[in-house]
Amino acid sequence: MEQMDIRGLSHREINDKLRGAEDECVLENCLGQRFLGAAMHGKELTIHGTPGNALGAYFNGGRITVHGNAQDAVGDTMNEGVMVIHGNIGDAAGYAMRGGKIFVKGDAGYRAGIHMKAYKEKVPVLVIGGSAGSFLGEYQAGGIIVVLGLKTQNEGGRCVFNGRIVGNFPCTGMHGGKMLLRSNCAGIAFPKNVTAHAPTEEELAEFIPHIREFCEYFGYDEKEILSSPFTLVTPDSHNPYKQLYVMN
Amino acid sequence: MQIEGQVRIPSGCAISAVISKEGNKMNGQAIIDSMRPMHARSNGLGGGFAAYGIYPKYKELFAFHFFFNDYEAKKECEKLLEESYDVAHAEVIPTRKMPQITDEPLIWRYFLSPRPSVLARLQLDENELVVQTAMKINTQIKGAYIFSCGKNMGAFKAVGYPEDVGEYYKLDEYEAYSWTAHGRYPTNTPGWWGGAHPFALLDYSIVHNGEISSYDANRRFIEMFGYKCTLQTDTEVITYIADYLLRRQKMTLEEMASVVAASFWSTIERNEDPRVREKLTYLRTAFSSLLITGPFSIILGFSGGLMALNDRLKLRSMVVGERDDKVYIASEEAAIRTMAPDLDHIYAPVGGEPVIVKVKEGQF
Repeated sequence: MEQMDIRGLSHREINDKLRGAEDECVLENCLGQRFLGAAMHGKELTIHGTPGNALGAYFNGGRITVHGNAQDAVGDTMNEGVMVIHGNIGDAAGYAMRGGKIFVKGDAGYRAGIHMKAYKEKVPVLVIGGSAGSFLGEYQAGGIIVVLGLKTQNEGGRCVFNGRIVGNFPCTGMHGGKMLLRSNCAGIAFPKNVTAHAPTEEELAEFIPHIREFCEYFGYDEKEILSSPFTLVTPDSHNPYKQLYVMN
Repeated sequence: MQIEGQVRIPSGCAISAVISKEGNKMNGQAIIDSMRPMHARSNGLGGGFAAYGIYPKYKELFAFHFFFNDYEAKKECEKLLEESYDVAHAEVIPTRKMPQITDEPLIWRYFLSPRPSVLARLQLDENELVVQTAMKINTQIKGAYIFSCGKNMGAFKAVGYPEDVGEYYKLDEYEAYSWTAHGRYPTNTPGWWGGAHPFALLDYSIVHNGEISSYDANRRFIEMFGYKCTLQTDTEVITYIADYLLRRQKMTLEEMASVVAASFWSTIERNEDPRVREKLTYLRTAFSSLLITGPFSIILGFSGGLMALNDRLKLRSMVVGERDDKVYIASEEAAIRTMAPDLDHIYAPVGGEPVIVKVKEGQF
């Protein structure tokens, strides 16, 4: 395991160092450096501090663990691997993510999971422990988004909407994938293009391995989490653009 | 070369701010350092700061900060100022020579008080006279530009990276209870000092990250009330909107936020309180031309406080942190952690909902 103090280093210097480093690296004193672990694969990075925007953009396998809050666009276009954030994340997490998993202990900002997609065995997963801001799953085209609405022990939180699990306009333009919210979603307005209902046990089963993994990382009790009501949201049409432009 | 005002400049940017609710003074070093981790958000074509409480000796006087291209413009301005103001003091704004900052204009400040006889003759209050003076000089005197004209506050800006601009103006030697900062990333700029942020009028100052798409609609409306948008930058128009709504329309900060970042009609309809619905509907309808659309995060500075505001879709990032008597606001958490590594609380405000921080009454 290699330890690096990255105080004052630029993102380029850090990523260059990482390429030549051992498979397991611990980065200390991170403060705002962007693009850490970009397009990296096969390494285990542990970051202490506040990584900058686009953490693990194009991440292609391995693991990134953050002890702190992450900023915007975590896992932008991520393809494979796991990210574990012991804090909150900023806006547009998992932007156009097409594989791998992101686990967040705390809250997510606006537009989490925007334009996530899936193809054959590539099914990205985003699990948010706290609550999510507005436009959750905007244009979601595939993959799995889970929001657990747990009261987090982090400092503060992100975009909390009167205690609701998600802000305004969730699932706008959603036309693929699945979203699971640990709430009965009273007072949350979903758009016409999706269906929201309480999942059957069978439907819920698909999500349990991801919730279990979340519990392992952050020390939660799986049974307790599963004992609450859930809402499953899926797009309700195979042709989401029907009659949007032409009479088809 | 085309200067600011002859060409439209879209921009990216970084913003940062700190305020002490107790009115405790801080020098400018921390706010300068907060811009360093956000270096990549600027491209060296504009940086600036606003500081509140820095001129206690002249706190009853208006502090005019000027850029002059030459001494002729300076002379012309001084002649005009002397017609309406008593000049208590005039001096060069001290700067550090450094290779990062070049092409500097003449940079002066004047501490002025409007002559009561002039105010009586024109039937204006002193604020209105100052606004009219700023508009007149900025549009009519070639080679002169007032970039700050409030009481006991000042804007400092230049072409360069913000951290260099802060060193250039020796901001570590000023003591303020509130600071805001801006790093500019215009994608295509002629690069003129006046185009950097903050934009200030009276004691209102704006730093802004974003690109508002309603600029022309907003400009057409605000110009009906005597404001002149000379620079084609969206931030200038936001500054005038703030002055119009807060000073002239006497709105509260919350009401101003409900005008410029009005909620969607669907969101207003869902509000459970009929009185709130009615008020939001009134503000959105009566001032529809001042709705600002497109991505923005702004910090409005004023005497005794700050207001941070995101567009209602929250298309730009903004984070707020608190520690003891201080409140920090920035585009990125890293900037806040530079000023205060340990925080009591950190959160991202909801789009369209203002964060208002005021210094305790009597402490500024």
